[in-house]
Amino acid sequence: MPQVTMTVNGQTHTAEVEGRTLLVELLREKFRMTGTHVGCDTSQCGACVVHVNGESVKSCTTLAVMCNGANVSTIEGLAAADGTLHVMQEAFREYHALQCGFCTPGMVMSAIDLVNKHPNGITEQQIREGLEGNLCRCTGYHNIVKAIAAAAEVMQGKRQEMARAAD
Amino acid sequence: MNVVTPFEGIGASVRRKEDFRFLQGRGAYTDDADKPGQLHAWILRSPYAHARIKSIDSAAAASMPGVVKIYTGADMAKDGVGGLPCGWQIHNKDGSPMAEPPHPVLAQEKVRHVGDQVAVAIAATRQQARDAAEAIIVDYEVLPAAATMAAALKPGAAAIHDDVAGNLCYDWHIGDKALVDAAFAGAAHVVKFDLVNNRLIPNAMEPRSAVGEFDRSSGDYTLTTTSQNPHVIRLLMGAHVLHLPESKLRVIAPDVGGGFGSKIYHYAEEAIVTWSAGKLGRPVRWTADRTESFMSDAHGRDHVSHTELALDANGKILGLRVATQANMGAYLSTFAPCVPTYLYATLLSGVYTTPVIYCEVKAVFTNTVPVDAYRGAGRPEATFLLERLMDVAAKQTGIDRVELRRRNFIQPDQFPYQTPVALQYDSGNYHATLEQALASSDWAGFPARRAEAAKRGKLRGIGCSTYVEACGIAPSAVVGSLGARAGLYEVGTIRVHPTGSVTVLTGSHSHGQGHETTFAQLVADKLGVPVAQVDIVHGDTAKVPFGMGTYGSRSLAVGGSAMMKAMDKIITKGKRIAAHLMEASVDDIEFDRGTFRVAGTDKTKALVDISVAAYVPHNYPIDELEPGLEETAFYDPKNFTYPGGCHIAEVEIDPETGITSVISFTAVDDVGRVINPMIVEGQVQGGVAQGIGQALLEACVYDSDGQLLSGSMMDYTMPRADDLPSVSVATHTTLCTHNPLGVKGCGEVGAIGSPPAVINAVVDALSDYGVTHVEMPATPAKLWQIINSGRRAAAE
Repeated sequence: MPQVTMTVNGQTHTAEVEGRTLLVELLREKFRMTGTHVGCDTSQCGACVVHVNGESVKSCTTLAVMCNGANVSTIEGLAAADGTLHVMQEAFREYHALQCGFCTPGMVMSAIDLVNKHPNGITEQQIREGLEGNLCRCTGYHNIVKAIAAAAEVMQGKRQEMARAAD
Repeated sequence: MNVVTPFEGIGASVRRKEDFRFLQGRGAYTDDADKPGQLHAWILRSPYAHARIKSIDSAAAASMPGVVKIYTGADMAKDGVGGLPCGWQIHNKDGSPMAEPPHPVLAQEKVRHVGDQVAVAIAATRQQARDAAEAIIVDYEVLPAAATMAAALKPGAAAIHDDVAGNLCYDWHIGDKALVDAAFAGAAHVVKFDLVNNRLIPNAMEPRSAVGEFDRSSGDYTLTTTSQNPHVIRLLMGAHVLHLPESKLRVIAPDVGGGFGSKIYHYAEEAIVTWSAGKLGRPVRWTADRTESFMSDAHGRDHVSHTELALDANGKILGLRVATQANMGAYLSTFAPCVPTYLYATLLSGVYTTPVIYCEVKAVFTNTVPVDAYRGAGRPEATFLLERLMDVAAKQTGIDRVELRRRNFIQPDQFPYQTPVALQYDSGNYHATLEQALASSDWAGFPARRAEAAKRGKLRGIGCSTYVEACGIAPSAVVGSLGARAGLYEVGTIRVHPTGSVTVLTGSHSHGQGHETTFAQLVADKLGVPVAQVDIVHGDTAKVPFGMGTYGSRSLAVGGSAMMKAMDKIITKGKRIAAHLMEASVDDIEFDRGTFRVAGTDKTKALVDISVAAYVPHNYPIDELEPGLEETAFYDPKNFTYPGGCHIAEVEIDPETGITSVISFTAVDDVGRVINPMIVEGQVQGGVAQGIGQALLEACVYDSDGQLLSGSMMDYTMPRADDLPSVSVATHTTLCTHNPLGVKGCGEVGAIGSPPAVINAVVDALSDYGVTHVEMPATPAKLWQIINSGRRAAAE
C-alpha cells in the first residue's frame, strides 16, 4: 500500500493508505481527527472542507495519496494553543451561526478561505454565492452570512469588536 | 465591591455553551466513535420497488477479504427477531383498526421499496463490507409497482402487502358530515379546490449512524444511535424487536447532527447492529452514505387533497369539507399513522371561527420509502391547504385576502376556543401578529414596489399566511384515547451538588436546538446558579431516568416544565433545610434566585449553604428529612400548546427564466414566552428556510416503476445560501396558560407558516396570467411554462 506523509495542523503524520482512500477517511479514521465530517457522497454538502496548502478543498473528493507532502489544516487546528478561538469561530458563536454543528467545521473552513479570497471586503451577495458548496439544514444561512460578514470586517481590520448589537 | 454579572435568566440571548465543542471539531457524533475490535456493516438494499426474493446466494461474498459474516432475513427470523413496531393505531370510520402489516428488519420473501434492507455484510473495514454486500447475489422476481397513491388505489393494483385489501391502511374521518352538508346547502359562495402537498426528504446534514456493542461478561447491549429519543428506541427495539429488557439495553444518542423528525423513528439498522454485535461479540457499526439516507430515512408530507369551503355573502366561513389521501410508503414508520389524522385534520380550523368541519383521510401504502413526521408533521399540510384556500376564496368572492382573514379570525376574547375538530386553543392574538407583520413588511406600500419591478420586466408578488399549530405534544390520556401506544410526558431531574453546581438530567434531546444553554437559563433564572455551573445531561438511557424525546416543540413546553416542577421540589426541600439552619418556621422562608431568607429579616442562606448541609448533614433535621438535594419530576401536559402568527413573503419572478427570488420574508410568531431570543430567531429562520425549500425547490420524485429519481443532492434541490433571503423575525407573545413557563414552542412555526406565504406571493405575481394555484415546488420550469403559455394565449 502507498505511504503518505503530510503536515496536519502543524504536526507531521505518516500512514499507509489504499489507493482509493479519501483524505477525509485518512483524517477521520487513521488520524482520529473527527472534526471534519461527511454529509454526502456527491461532493455537494461541504461538511468535509479542509484547507490543503491554504486553499479550501472537499476532503471527500480528494484522494489521500494526492496530499503526500501537503500542508493540511482542519477545524481542530484553528483555535490558538491557549484556546482562543479564531475570529471566524468567534463570529459563528456570537451570531448563532450554528445549530446542530454538523456542517459547521466545513462551513468555517470555507468561510475563512472565502474571506481570504476577498481581501478588500466582501458583500452579502458574494458571501451567499461563495457558500454555494456548503449546505446547512438548520440555520437557513441567515446567521452564517452575518457571522462571515462580521468576521471579514474584523479579519480585515475594519472593526475591532466582534460583538453584535445588543439584544 | 459589586460584581456585575450579565443577566442569564429567562429572556437573555445567552451565547450557546455547546458551540465551543462544535466550533473546534470536538463534537461527539455517532460516527466519530472508535470502538476496540469494531466491525463495519454495509446494508444490501433492494434496487427494485417491488419484487419477490427467489434466492440469496452469499457464499462468494462471505469468503471475501475481511468479511466476518453475512446475515439475511432468514437468519433473523430463525433467531426470533421481531418486526419494527408502529407506535400509533388509527381506527377506520367503521371502528375497525387500521391495516398494520409486518415491517421486517431484513426483508422476508419480498422487498417493497427501493432501498428496502435485504442483507447485511459485516467486515473488518467499511470498504470490505461494501465490497462484500455488492457481491451478494439476489435473484429477484420483479413485481408491478405502485409508486403513487393513484396507482396503488387503482382497482387491480398489485398488492403491496398480501393481507391489505386495496393497499389501504385506513379510511378515517373527523367532524360532523351532516352539519357540514347543511352549512354548504345554505352558502352564498362555495369554493372548490384541489391541491398537493409535495413529498420531501428531510436531509439532516448528519447521515444516520448506529453502533451496537455487546458486553460478554454482563450480557448488556449498548446502542449508540442518531436519535431524537433514545428511551423510545430502547423501548421499541427492546420490547418488540430484540426482546431485551430495558435493564440489559442502553441506548445513547450523543451529539446528533439535525433531525427534523427523521431521527424520531426506530430504524432497521439500529436493530441490525445491536443484534449482530450480540451474535459476533464485537462492536458493529454502520453509517449511511447520503444515497442510503435518500432511500431509507422516512420522507415527509405527500398529501393529495380535495377541499371545499362554504362562505356567506359577507365572506364569513360557514363550513369546510376536506378529503385527503396521505402516502404511508411501503411500511408504517413509527408515528406515520398519526400525522395525517391527529396532527393534520385537527388543525383544519386554523385561526378561523369555522363552525363545522368534516375531513376524511385515506392512508395509502405505496412502493416508496415510509413517510412519517417531518418538521411540522401535519400542521404544514393543514396550513398550506387553509391558507391557499383563503386566497382562492378571496379571489372568488372579491373580498380582499387580508380582510377575508380578519373577518374570520378567532377574536382575542374568545379564548379558550373550542374548534369543531377536537382541539381547544388556550391563547393567541391573530390580529396582533397579522397587523405587526403587515406593518413590518410594508404591505401597504407593495403596489409601488410591484410597479417599479414591472419597469424592470419582473413580476412581483406578495403573499401572507396566518396560522396556528399544535406543539408541546401531548397529554398522555388524550393521545392514548386517540391511538398512541405511549405516554407523552417528560422527565427532568435536578441534581444540586454539594458545592452548588447543578446537573440536569432531561429526557428531551438536543440535536441543534441549544438545550444545553436554554435549559441552563431556566436553572439560572429559578435557582440563581450561573449558566456556566449548570450541566445538561441528555441522550443516554443509563444516565437519564426516562424520557420521550424531542419533536413537536415539546422540549421546553414539556421537558422544561418537568425541570420547573423538579426545581419546585428542590426549593421546597431547601426551605425546610434553611428553616432548620436559621431556626425559623418553614412558612417564614422565602426563596428568590439562590437566596433563602427569613421573611422580613436580613437572615439569609445561599443555595450552596443548603446543598452543603444536605450532603454533610451534621446540623440537619435528619429525623424528618433525607440527606441530599436531588429531585425528579414527571410532567404530563394538560393540553397541546398553540403557537401562531403571520408570515409574509414578497417575491419577484423573472418571466424570461421562471426563476423566483424571495425578496423579503417577514415572520411574526407567537411562540409564548421566549427564553433565549437569539435561539428562537435561529429556529424560525431555519424553519422558514425549509418552508421556502418546500415551496420553491424541493421535490421527492419517483418514476412510475418506483425508482427514486431525486436520490442524491445532485438531484434533490436543497436550499443553498444564495437561494434564500434574509429573514425578518419578530415575536408577539401571548402566554400559554397551562404550563409553568408559558411557552408554546418555536421549532416548527417557520416551516408551517412559510410555504403558503410563498405560494400566495407567487400566485399574486402571476395574477395577470389567470393562475389560481401553482403546485409546490414552484420551479422555474413550471413557472416559465405558465408565463409562456399565457403569452402565447395573449398573442393568439
